[in-house]
Amino acid sequence: MSTPPAHVAPTAAASPATVGPPLWLLLELTYRCPLHCVFCYNPTNFAQTTDELSTDDWLRVLREARALGAVQLGLSGGEPLLRGDLEILVAEAHELGFYINLVTSGVGLNETRIAALKRAGLDHIQLSFQDSTREMNDFLSSTKTFELKSKVAALIKQHGYPMVLNVVLHRLNIDHVAEILAMAERMHADYVELANTQYYGWAFKNRDKLLPSRVQLERAERVTAEFRARIGGKMRVFFVVPDYFEARPKPCMNGLGSIFLTITPDGTALPCHAAKMLPLEFPNVRAAGVDWIWRDSPGFNHFRGDAWMKEPCRSCPEKTKDFGGCRCQAYLLTGDAANADPVCDLSPHHHLVTDAVARAERPLVEEKPLLFFRDAKTSRAIS
Amino acid sequence: MMGTESHIAASARPAIGGGFRLQWEPAQQAHVLLYPEGMVKLNSSAGEILKRCDGARTVLEIVADLETAFGATGLATDVTAFMAFALSKNWLEIRE
Repeated sequence: MSTPPAHVAPTAAASPATVGPPLWLLLELTYRCPLHCVFCYNPTNFAQTTDELSTDDWLRVLREARALGAVQLGLSGGEPLLRGDLEILVAEAHELGFYINLVTSGVGLNETRIAALKRAGLDHIQLSFQDSTREMNDFLSSTKTFELKSKVAALIKQHGYPMVLNVVLHRLNIDHVAEILAMAERMHADYVELANTQYYGWAFKNRDKLLPSRVQLERAERVTAEFRARIGGKMRVFFVVPDYFEARPKPCMNGLGSIFLTITPDGTALPCHAAKMLPLEFPNVRAAGVDWIWRDSPGFNHFRGDAWMKEPCRSCPEKTKDFGGCRCQAYLLTGDAANADPVCDLSPHHHLVTDAVARAERPLVEEKPLLFFRDAKTSRAIS
Repeated sequence: MMGTESHIAASARPAIGGGFRLQWEPAQQAHVLLYPEGMVKLNSSAGEILKRCDGARTVLEIVADLETAFGATGLATDVTAFMAFALSKNWLEIRE
């Protein structure tokens, strides 16, 4: 899993009094992953999680969330294919009426499993690539997976799934956007997500090595626009700009507790897949029902509405549009999750973002990246 | 491709586009179109039109059915305009 779902139709900001359904349910089935990507948003201390939810726990989560109105289901991780019960979970989710998205590295997706998942009712597969070349893909994921992913891409099409190709962009691969798009065209992808890295988890740890320069970003946007004009309606291409380059923050998660519900491998329920870092008590599905968690738990109600806001957000006319931006980014950069997202140029902490962008203007030549690869050993060492 | 399908023949048999799924959501009291990582919440007239697009009935038959169901006449212009829009978004397709 690399990006939050970007194109669910927005609804009005939730307040505790008017809680709508958790339309988007993301299940991070496991933190185990054969890849070790440097831009992973998973928590850097993921190796401390050892007790994953059981099949029955996940099945109960699916039923309870569906009863609340959840309809888009993401199955992610880590690598969800490492769960041997994935087909069981997909079958139940399909029976319940979910639209089921599998977010995968492709590792472990062979002919047998892809056919079994289709029979179980899987709707779509999002396959991640780290780059258009074997060398960079394999370097960035710290594995040898490029050939295998290419085979999986062919399997996905062969079995009639719509295919979303997801490539997380950053300083080390953003100059390859033309090649990445050409690769997507060769693979007959239906959707391509060029998602610039969001700086949480491992990506934040590696931020100064990953943040592109403004020139790189503008070139990539231009190349993408040209490709879109040429390809027409055959493929939909999403380009997610890194918010560090914006002057106004993103309406993150459409406001916490508004439409997104994430369950982590150990059962912690979060209003955003990055929210585990926040200094709040988040409920666990082992101890409480999804209905109480979504509607009544203090962790989910904390950032609903706007009573929690400080200045400059509190009196800002845009607070109903961007909800003050991202709580995790505010916490990560300023130490207070109730501050304005420092991406906003009205934030007194905006310089923290512009300083990072300024550092990214250094020349690219002869850069030897020293990155933290997301593996259990590094996780234990830095947390 | 977008916006070019301004016409749809009365004899065409529209169906929900490949990769899209139409379903009624009780929690939203609305029909929704589901697709990879996305959802469109439909208003009631859009829902009534799309749920009749089964690839078997023609545009003419669908218009007649809607007029009967809602005791209205002269719906053809609005219905075909919406269908043309839905085609441009790939929500609908015409299978030859």
